[in-house]
Amino acid sequence: MKPFDYIRPERLGQALSEGAKPGSAYLAGGTNLLDLMKTGAARPERLVDITRLPGLDRWEWGKDGGLRIGAMVRNSDAAHDPDIAAAFPAMAEALLSGASGQLRNAATMGGNVMQQTRCHFFADPFSPCNRRAPGAGCAAQGSDRRGFAVLGGSDACIATHPSDLCVALAALDAVVEIAGPEGLRETPLTDFHLLPGTGPEGHTRLAPGELIIALRLPAAAAGFRHHARYLKLRDRTSFAFALVSATALLRIEDGVIAEARLALGGVAPKPWRATAAEALLQGARPDADSFARAAEAALQGAAGHDAKITLAKRLAARALTQAARGTPARVPALPGSVHSGETAHV
Amino acid sequence: MSHTLNLTINGTAQEVTLDDPRVTLLDLLRERLHLTGTKKGCDRGQCGACTVLVNGRRMNACLALALSHDGAEITTIEGLAQGGELHPVQAAFIEHDGMQCGYCTPGQIMSAVGLIAEAQAGADPERIREGMSGNICRCAAYAGITAAVLQATETLTEEAERA
Amino acid sequence: MSDATPIATALPQRMGSNAGQRTTRRDGVLKVTGTATYAADNHPQGLLHAVFACATIARGRVTDLDVAAAKAHPGVVEVMTPANRPPLSADPDSKPMPFWFRTQVFQDDRVLYAGQPIALVLAETLEAATEGAARLSPRYAAEAPRIGLDEPPYAPKAVGIGAPAKVSKGDIEAGLAAAAQRLEVTIETPAQYHNAMEPHAVVAEWQGDRLIIDTPNQAPVMAAAAFAAWFGIAPQNVLLRTPFLGGGFGSKAILSAPQILAALAARMVGRPVKMVLTRAQMFGPVSHRGATRQSLRMGLDSAGHFTALAHHTIAETASFDEFIEAASTPSRLLYASPAISTTHEAVVNDIGLPGPMRAPGEASGTAALEVAIDIAAEAQGMDPIDFRLANYAETDPMTGNPYSSKALRECFAEGAKAFGWAGRPLAPRQMTDDRGMRVGWGMGTANFPCPMFDAEARATLRADGTALVETSLIDMGQGAWTALAQIAADALGLDLDQVEMRGGASDLPNAGVAGGSGHTASAGLAIEVAGSDTLRQLAEIAAADPASPLHGTGNAGVVARSGRLHAAGDEGRGETYAEILARAGKSALTGSGKGARDPKAASAYAMQSHGAVFAEVKVDPELGQIRVSRLVGAFAAGRIINPRLAESQLNGGMIWGLSFALLEKAEMDPRSGRILNADLGEYHVPVNADVPSVQTLLVHEDDPHVNPLGIKGVGEIGTTGTAAAIANAVWHATGVRVTRFPIRLDDLMEGLA
Repeated sequence: MKPFDYIRPERLGQALSEGAKPGSAYLAGGTNLLDLMKTGAARPERLVDITRLPGLDRWEWGKDGGLRIGAMVRNSDAAHDPDIAAAFPAMAEALLSGASGQLRNAATMGGNVMQQTRCHFFADPFSPCNRRAPGAGCAAQGSDRRGFAVLGGSDACIATHPSDLCVALAALDAVVEIAGPEGLRETPLTDFHLLPGTGPEGHTRLAPGELIIALRLPAAAAGFRHHARYLKLRDRTSFAFALVSATALLRIEDGVIAEARLALGGVAPKPWRATAAEALLQGARPDADSFARAAEAALQGAAGHDAKITLAKRLAARALTQAARGTPARVPALPGSVHSGETAHV
Repeated sequence: MSHTLNLTINGTAQEVTLDDPRVTLLDLLRERLHLTGTKKGCDRGQCGACTVLVNGRRMNACLALALSHDGAEITTIEGLAQGGELHPVQAAFIEHDGMQCGYCTPGQIMSAVGLIAEAQAGADPERIREGMSGNICRCAAYAGITAAVLQATETLTEEAERA
Repeated sequence: MSDATPIATALPQRMGSNAGQRTTRRDGVLKVTGTATYAADNHPQGLLHAVFACATIARGRVTDLDVAAAKAHPGVVEVMTPANRPPLSADPDSKPMPFWFRTQVFQDDRVLYAGQPIALVLAETLEAATEGAARLSPRYAAEAPRIGLDEPPYAPKAVGIGAPAKVSKGDIEAGLAAAAQRLEVTIETPAQYHNAMEPHAVVAEWQGDRLIIDTPNQAPVMAAAAFAAWFGIAPQNVLLRTPFLGGGFGSKAILSAPQILAALAARMVGRPVKMVLTRAQMFGPVSHRGATRQSLRMGLDSAGHFTALAHHTIAETASFDEFIEAASTPSRLLYASPAISTTHEAVVNDIGLPGPMRAPGEASGTAALEVAIDIAAEAQGMDPIDFRLANYAETDPMTGNPYSSKALRECFAEGAKAFGWAGRPLAPRQMTDDRGMRVGWGMGTANFPCPMFDAEARATLRADGTALVETSLIDMGQGAWTALAQIAADALGLDLDQVEMRGGASDLPNAGVAGGSGHTASAGLAIEVAGSDTLRQLAEIAAADPASPLHGTGNAGVVARSGRLHAAGDEGRGETYAEILARAGKSALTGSGKGARDPKAASAYAMQSHGAVFAEVKVDPELGQIRVSRLVGAFAAGRIINPRLAESQLNGGMIWGLSFALLEKAEMDPRSGRILNADLGEYHVPVNADVPSVQTLLVHEDDPHVNPLGIKGVGEIGTTGTAAAIANAVWHATGVRVTRFPIRLDDLMEGLA
């Protein structure tokens, strides 16, 4: 690990001015940044520890039922809170399907949104990677594409965004609150992450020195709480990144889909909101046909790995089907898994 | 430039001076404080062998920068048994043979203590399996681990009810 | 064997008093309190931390290392490279001893595989050494690596550890020609890495010409001799300590470059050195299970009997030495057929050297053979157990020798009963659960040889009547500290808590290697003989002493039990060990013993452990996500010393089989020859949630021939048969035969809805 200066500001203003200095990186839970510093993919000269900034480690409910979650709230705290899980069950399930209990205790909500791709070639400083070293090339292009993007990639980068949380946030129309030298601003989560295009190195809209201070979930997003699922396919039953994942949210009125949300993970360089599929579902009956058509629409234009595309379609349809059946009373024992997670043998 | 941090480790407050901000909590415990019960299996948060309690919550010490935890209360495997008595989780791991080589065992046990404190899994073996999935046991003593955590959960629940 | 004749009456009466009990681990408290010390837990005064820089190309030369940049980093003390490496006494390109692999210890600038250590940085802190290694920024003259099983094959002389590459009987082609049904299948198994939780570590300290080294090792006396050869010192000048191994699985049996170089670095700088491999560095220099491509050809007559069974393996090996996965060997052992052909070829890849990994040969071999058998049973319309019984080998298929014992039929029966196999539909895609998951049941036969290695032990009775038993026993999780103490207690006629064990170091009587599933049998027999030797001496003292109540009994007329000798048939006539020793004025009495296989028995009998593994899988009917909902294994492995620990090992072995079936694969980038998932995040081994239910049944088996204790060993057999059982269950659930391990959900896409 490259030597660095360690700064632990106590106030937001101080953090922002320290964070704006060249070579700085913000340290929150550390579960992604420290890992990348160990592999050598990240070599910051200054670490600005934001864990002590006041007020960022709590959440508050708006009068309208919306939720504002401070960036330093730990993943497990948000997921385990019964009120949050009741209003936004797909977010709780997404959070609990990710990583491990230990990592969720350390990882923060803001940090989760900021996490880097898990592309091997990005984490390995000896491989060409345009995202880490612009212009170096993309080693992923010639490799087995199973773990890479089938939507939204470019010749410069086909890395996927690894977050489970962000797939739920994208479907929930979450808003990212950002503080920077110029003051406060906000952006929809779906606009926060960038597609690679020719310059994958800037993977988010954050300018140097800017900092996520909160995530906002609008009250309307809680309207999907009765029909909300997050499903995740992976190569082991738990503690694995998604091969493909999906958040499905439905509002069903009088047997008809009044509103649908669908977002996919593991398939694109950003959490992938499938708006075309949503449009098809609006006003449709919540049945297999509708869901199959929506799934086709969600993967429209996908390329790179046929089996993965098939899987993604099937998973999208399944997530919609499960959502239509209704949100489980409690996050399942195996969150996000298609396996039941019922109490089995000892 | 040296940094000073205050930690309470296994109930004892201590001041630690670090000449290097790169030191992780895991390397601080093992290489500088010689509390070697906590193990390094991957150093990247992928195996759970380094699990300790930080302010009562289970975490991977390998992905915790020591300086960032100034002021924290740390409990390691060395601090779990009290007054010569094994913690119920420790005793249950022996009884159910929730170990083989033993290398992941301190992390498994600290993770189990944290899991039980989180009160999410209860006595559901499937939730225990999921909750313990951040701790890899290459010997694969998982059946014994699950049985041990179940038993310890019951013991601790009974203790709490009596208290 | 020791010259001492065990006292005749003692053995049967002691049986079962300690051995056979479900004792909890003797080292349990140490392990649950964090006080069991593994190598890297040692901190000699003044130590330096050592971190390797490893090659990021697979073939070529290192043309530049920025040693100055590394040394400029504060805290870095020294950088060892081929340019300044002190001399070693052994030639790294030679093979001076058995169990010795050629290795890369900075003898030149060549790179022979990705991950090869190319420099070692020594620093005052771990942080400085780590960054120092990163700053070496190696430059290379790279060549295109040879990767994959399509490289040109050659015929090796031997496979595994000294097994013949080709063994055949009968006329395969004639058998196939005469067959009513001919079947062929080719199955691929990937490179797998042991990944013991404890990375290889060394804490080395030189005291003059004496090397004190803490390092996890499965054969400490042999390893000490190897270190001595590398450093040109006498073997007794090496003290290797390894009281606990954080898993070995074969990767810690034979020295590899990192251990040698770390010890050399300590000598170079004159300070103790601690080197711990990173997880990524566990994927290269410390061996792995090599990839295979196995082709099976089967001929069957109209009654479902084999007319021919041919098993051919192509396996990868390294460019600088050879270890070839002996995957065709299970076909020499399991089924009766008039014609059997088992052959191997190898291909040279620019990879680290493969080596023995838990159930080497059998794990990969049964993964293919037992899938082929399932295909044959399907083709015959037979239940898989019935097919296996129809082709049951009553004697060794190759030699015709009788088995020393073989309770495989009982394994089938007891396993099937516990699993609930009866009524299984023959056809696939017949079962679903209440949630619509496809359900499949499959099984596989498990087998593993039961070798023994020469072992020695010393047993000392102390004045207080307790005993000290010494042998370089190795506990890497299998429970040697406990099981060998149980054997020792029985051998000495003592209760378990009266026996102190000393092991895990090279300055003790040689317990051989903890490997090949032979440690309990080998070290156990040495202990048994040593204990008998000690008691023989004690009985002779008592019998010769007119003041002893045992005077005149003769040494054969004495029984040892609970720390007391008494006359056979008269429990009242006797006295305690302590009384005998006190009267004789002895503070201690020591006996010794050796354990080894009786060569006459070895040539007369086939010696194998057997088992039957049953798997239930649930597979999502559209998405292919697989979960192994139940695993039941029934194993016959001779006498079980500690059922609790044996079940743990067998459960763990089966979970290794699960891992083989569904998870493990080193993803090789053929362009670079580098492994893309050299970590525990993406190189998947099972987590707790992967194992909802695993159950071991211990099937009774008396074996008077394997050794006097009747022990066969349980360390590896669980890993065999299981991968195929799961693959067969996946087929039974889905109708899809995936012939490439691991089976992943997207492999099932085409066969699913």
